[in-house]
Amino acid sequence: MSQIKYIAGKEPHAKESRVVFKNVDREGWDQSIETYIEDGGYEQQQKAFKMEPGDITEEVKKAGLRGRGGAGFPAGLKWSFLPPNNDKPVYLICNADESEPGTFKDRYIIHQDPHQLIEGMAISCYAVGAKLAYIYIREEFPEGAQILETAIEEAHKKGFLGKDILGSGFDLEIYVHRGAGAYICGEETGLIESLEGKRPYPRIKPPYFPAAMGLYLCPTIVNNVETLCHVKHIIGSGGEAWSKTGTPNNTGTRILCVSGDVQKPGYFEVQVGKVTLGEVINDMCGGLKKGRKLKAVIPGGSSAKVLSADETFKVGRGDDEKEITIWDIPMDFDTLAACGSMAGSGGVIIMDDSRSMSWVINNLNNFYAHESCGQCTPCREGSLWMKKITDRVVAGKAAPSDIDQLDAVARNIDGRTICAFGEAASWPTESFVEKFRDELVADTNPELEEAFVNAESLTAAVNLK
Amino acid sequence: MALEVPPELEKEIDERITHYPVSKRSAVLTVLHALQHHFRFISEESIEWAAAKLELEPIKVLEVVSFYPGIRQKAPGKYHIRVCRTLSCAMAGSYELMDSICEKAGIGRSGVTHHDPVALSEDGKFSVEFAECLASCGTGPVCMVEDDFHEAVTDVDALLSQYK
Ligand SMILES: Cc1cc2nc3c(=O)[nH]c(=O)nc-3n(C[C@H](O)[C@H](O)[C@H](O)COP(=O)(O)O)c2cc1C
Ligand code: SF4
Ligand code: FES
Repeated sequence: MSQIKYIAGKEPHAKESRVVFKNVDREGWDQSIETYIEDGGYEQQQKAFKMEPGDITEEVKKAGLRGRGGAGFPAGLKWSFLPPNNDKPVYLICNADESEPGTFKDRYIIHQDPHQLIEGMAISCYAVGAKLAYIYIREEFPEGAQILETAIEEAHKKGFLGKDILGSGFDLEIYVHRGAGAYICGEETGLIESLEGKRPYPRIKPPYFPAAMGLYLCPTIVNNVETLCHVKHIIGSGGEAWSKTGTPNNTGTRILCVSGDVQKPGYFEVQVGKVTLGEVINDMCGGLKKGRKLKAVIPGGSSAKVLSADETFKVGRGDDEKEITIWDIPMDFDTLAACGSMAGSGGVIIMDDSRSMSWVINNLNNFYAHESCGQCTPCREGSLWMKKITDRVVAGKAAPSDIDQLDAVARNIDGRTICAFGEAASWPTESFVEKFRDELVADTNPELEEAFVNAESLTAAVNLK
Repeated sequence: MALEVPPELEKEIDERITHYPVSKRSAVLTVLHALQHHFRFISEESIEWAAAKLELEPIKVLEVVSFYPGIRQKAPGKYHIRVCRTLSCAMAGSYELMDSICEKAGIGRSGVTHHDPVALSEDGKFSVEFAECLASCGTGPVCMVEDDFHEAVTDVDALLSQYK
């Protein structure tokens, strides 16, 4: 393998460990299958296709790979939920919807290294017995969809897809399916409905766990782009060796996408739990903007609860328990959960002291109000209601009690909906009110209190414009 | 009036439908994308054509058309622009970008939100809408003009002048 060099100015940071992003911004790299094969591409597929499918799942379990799409659910475990003695077809879907605000990693895999994804998918399909697979890609990646279709065609010609792949007797077709601009298509059951040609209304779980009743009511595995790429590397190094990177229960590498108020936003593939939020901000992203102080961080995509720069966090258990500041949070699934938020999709949004928290939460509430699929009343009405309240806060037309109302609306969505969008929409508001209540209240007008209490402010139908 | 779909386009659509061997209905977005790409928006005739092609009731196509922000029922400008509105881009100046695009393209800013109605310039050259996070939050503000993606957009004159 040739020495890896990166495009000048786009070199990985010294604290990165590039695995899935090895070829992103690589000098002399292109998306062609020739380049990929020259670099050892499709070797892992050849190795995997000589293994028993069940042994691949075992390797993925040993690796401890947790889903990179949002929930962090162990991939091997998910695969083993496929019903035993199943006689229906099994489908695999790659979730390339990449729609969680703050997340921009799958974009680079798709655009710069499509064959890595196809190889990862082929191995995963073989492991779970799926002969038909789809890549559900958001409509706003038109070039990405084209690149993937070209790559699939190339892989076909070389015999890595199609009939009797590599003489294994295994057949596989992968197709690219384009969405149409709706965030809810990232939710796996909404995605499945969308792929069936319907409105993407999420299905209720149970019973509609995709592994049992997914696409066309057949067993279906849905995994994120980055998750499926890792499968290739797990076969390459073996699950055990792969699990040595990262930290226990938080194994491997993952891509952090950093945006907002830092000198150099960008993407960084790091060993999970081996870098702290402070290192991400100060070392990798060149620190905050000049003269600015850190105010808040959303650590795992917009649906993750916000962390305030002023809080301290209790992490670790038993003798290891300690209190840490925001700067010392290791970026892993378990610690971020212990800090009351989540690692989510890896999208880290940094806000400095120039930002109004009322404005920020209003921006996010706009997003959720627009993206609710509308199936459940608490989510449909509540997300719009939260938007309208924060519209008023930002416009200086809210009363202090509106902030309590805002919190109450959020808490009446959370836990009362068909899909996890309900939590995704309410957690931001709940956490901003909890951590920045004084600031939100300061943006309201006490004089309006009396006028509002009896009238519009307690209904969803307020129209100020 | 029946929709006039050129034979090459129909051939491409027929090929794409084969990607869904289990259920033709699954091809509905795919067919709509192809029709929208060619006709610029989805008319009633397009809905009927897609329904007939996929052997569905037209209402089954309409319910999809009316749900997705990526499918339009009205004609956009010659170049349709989508500006990312979500948090990271907003912090990087996407609302200012929207103001500037509207001003320079001659579009009334006040009516512009998402999708419907499509806000059109008087000469019909540009139309614009807000879109939600386009998955490039580190290089905001970002926008799409038709299928072209633009990052860190600061010079709106330079952006618009690429489109004749
Ligand atoms: C509202 C909502 C939006 C989601 N959007 C995405 C997305 O854009 N991409 C993604 O991979 N997963 C998304 N997910 C998570 C998926 O439902 C699913 O858990 C994931 O694709 C599983 O893959 P993984 O186990 O490999 O992470 C979303 C979930 C919810 C509730
Ligand atoms: S929670 Fe919201 S997005 Fe999810 S099904 Fe209900 S209305 Fe739709
Ligand atoms: S916020 Fe604009 S691309 Fe994500």
